[in-house]
Formats: sequence, C-alpha cells, structure tokens
Amino acid sequence: MIPTAHVHILAALLFGLGILGFLRQRNAIMLLMSVELMLNSANLSFLAAAREQGNVDGAMMPLFVLVVAAAEAAVGLALIIILFRKRVSLDVDLLRSLRD
Amino acid sequence: MASLLAFLLFAGLAVVCALVALFHRSVVHSAFALLGTLLGVADLFLQLGADYLAMTQVLIYVGGILVLILFGLMLTPPDRRELRPARIFLGLAVTGAGALLFLTRMDSGAWKAAPLQELPDLANQASPTAEPIGLAFLERDSWLLAFEFASVILLAALVGAVFIARRRFRVDDEGA
Amino acid sequence: MYFHYANILVFLVAGMAFVFLNMVIGSLLRPKRKTDEGLEPYECGEETIGSSWFRFDIRYYTVALVYIVFAVEVAFLFPVARVMRQAFEIEGIGGLALIEAFLFVAILFLGLAYVWVKGDLNWVRAFQREFEERRRLEAERRASSPPPARKAS
Repeated sequence: MIPTAHVHILAALLFGLGILGFLRQRNAIMLLMSVELMLNSANLSFLAAAREQGNVDGAMMPLFVLVVAAAEAAVGLALIIILFRKRVSLDVDLLRSLRD
Repeated sequence: MASLLAFLLFAGLAVVCALVALFHRSVVHSAFALLGTLLGVADLFLQLGADYLAMTQVLIYVGGILVLILFGLMLTPPDRRELRPARIFLGLAVTGAGALLFLTRMDSGAWKAAPLQELPDLANQASPTAEPIGLAFLERDSWLLAFEFASVILLAALVGAVFIARRRFRVDDEGA
Repeated sequence: MYFHYANILVFLVAGMAFVFLNMVIGSLLRPKRKTDEGLEPYECGEETIGSSWFRFDIRYYTVALVYIVFAVEVAFLFPVARVMRQAFEIEGIGGLALIEAFLFVAILFLGLAYVWVKGDLNWVRAFQREFEERRRLEAERRASSPPPARKAS
C-alpha cells in the first residue's frame, strides 16, 4: 500500500517539471508536451485523493481531464501547423501579430 | 514493501523520462521520452487501483495524443528547439516557490481534516473500476450533465480543429 | 495484489526480449561488409531524394484527429455500456440510461457528419472538387467582366 503523501509528492514533482519546461521553452510543441505533463500529474493527485476518500468522484476527474487534453492537443496542434505554414517557425515569441 | 518498491520504480521511470523529455535537445526524442512518462503514470494508476483509467491512459494518451504530437512534429520542420534562457530563473523561482509552499503545507494537517475512511486497498482486490464509473455517469444528480457536456466539447474540438487545419488553396498558392 | 497484472509485465518483457534477441542474433550471424550500396535506405529500390524530414500531408493529421476524438468517446461509453443492464433495474434511471448514451453518441455523430460531408475524410476527391470549384469561379469572373484591352487587339 503506497502512502498517499508519496503520490502527492510525485505529482508535485511532475507538475513542477511541467512548469519549468513550459517557462523554458519557446517551441510550441514542447509547450504542449509540458502541459500534458502537468495534466498527468494532476490526474495522479486526483486518483490518490480518490483512493484516500474511498469514493469514485476523484476517479471521474481524470476522464474529464482526458477530454480536455484531447481537445487541447487537437486544436493546439492544428494551430501550430497553421502557424508553421505561415511563419516557418514554431517560436511562440514571434506570435505577436494578433496584438495589432 | 514490494508495493513501495514498485511505486519507486515506476515513479522513477516517470520522473527520469520527464527530465529527458524536457531537457533533451531533439524534440522527437522528447516526444518518445514523454511516452515513458505516460506509461509510468499509467502504471501508477494501476497501483492506485484505477485499472480502467490506466487503460484509457494507454489508449488515449499514448495511442492518441502522443501520436497526434508526433504527427505535429512531422508536419513541422526538423529538430529546432528554441529556448529562452532568460526565463529559466523565472521557471525555477515559480517551481521552487510552489514546492516550498507544498512542502510546508503538507504537514499542516489541512489534508487530514477530511474524515479518513477505512482505506480501501483497491489494488489488492483488483476489482474492475469501470462499473462504478459507469454508474456515476448515469446518476442524474452526479455526473450526467458533465457526461453530456464532454460530448459537446469533443464535438467543438473536432469541428474546430478540422476547420483550422483544413487546407485552403488560396493560402497555399500565395505561399508557394 | 498488484501482481495481478504480472501477465502484462511478462508479455511486455517477452516482447522486448524477442526483438532484442533477434537483433543480437542477427548481428552475430550476419557477415559485416560495408559498401556504399548497402548503406542506402533501399538497396534495390528507388533512389532516395532529399532527407526524410519533409512535411507530411495535412490529411494524415485530420485522420488522427478524428481517431482521437472517437477514442475518447469510447473511453466514456465503455463504463456506461458495462452497467447498462444494471441501470435498467435501478429506480429513477431505467430506460433513461439508454437515451442518455444515445444522446452522447448523437452529438458526436454530428461532428463525424460534418467532417464527412465537408470531404475532409476523402483522400483524393476533396482536392479535385476544390480545384474544379476554383476553376469554375475563375471562368465566371472572366465571363462577367471580359478584359477590353484583349478584345481590341
């Protein structure tokens, strides 16, 4: 039986790595991958809490996170592909033209 | 003891693969390292007694989202990883602050306020978790609305992403 | 125990071992001769042109996109299907469960219908249709406003 705190610590570690990656990268696909990492760590935390409480509600959240992750990856990558077609770069810092 | 060992093994796999994913120079290698992380997390789901979620993790994250990311990589140029060195410190600061907050709050008892039931050792019973999830979906005052809205979100994502990614001839003619 | 899933582990290990063993055996048995032709990707096929890092066609992405949306749909429907028989016996859910599941499928079917009707799932014909459409529009434009300079000459 794994202590719940261990799972939470692992989740926090993975989430921290995700944030670090998100702030460090400018490549849009890497940003997407960092977000997936963070979502996964949140799922882990939810499941640990669900097991501790002994009800199913915490186990439902990962399924909905899954929907969000799938939708986000689908739309995000479509945007990235269009961005690359127009700009020939994946650097998100170049994405300033929407401001005008 | 064995379960703790298994936890440490797969937690280590997940963390090491995440580190490789974030710090390897090649984006394609990163994507494949992310595969290791996702599989490690799927195994941890199993250890937490959520066998159905572990299966969906493999089916959708590994079989779907990661494949989508790899397709995205193939549709865009070879390995070019842009870093922004100036923000490393910001990242470290944010992460460190979060970790500090977490570690100080963890023992403060806030988490122990919830009434602890007898810990159901789901991993030891190895009972399928798909059925309680299905019942929770169908009960009117628990998750039913969310269930139907998930469908709407997926519809929006499908139509939106296909519309965005659709090839338009005028754009291509000008570009070429 | 956690080791209920040991058969999956055995399956994984056996699969990896199979691949690696075959590669090791192959590298031990085969003669080692390095010629220019042997190092090409296809020794007796098409000559390769350029690097393999070219942009894939967007249509592959569309298919993967449709796949992932419906994979998530299956992930949601499977637990519901699993308890459908039970749900009929529960007071207050009953036949509604079936309607709810069908509503879920129907909403997503709209998306499939959209993608299908718009021709995004068509590998070839969608592009032909767009070509023809463009040609038709151009012809119309030319017919409605004929350039006078050309007529004079």
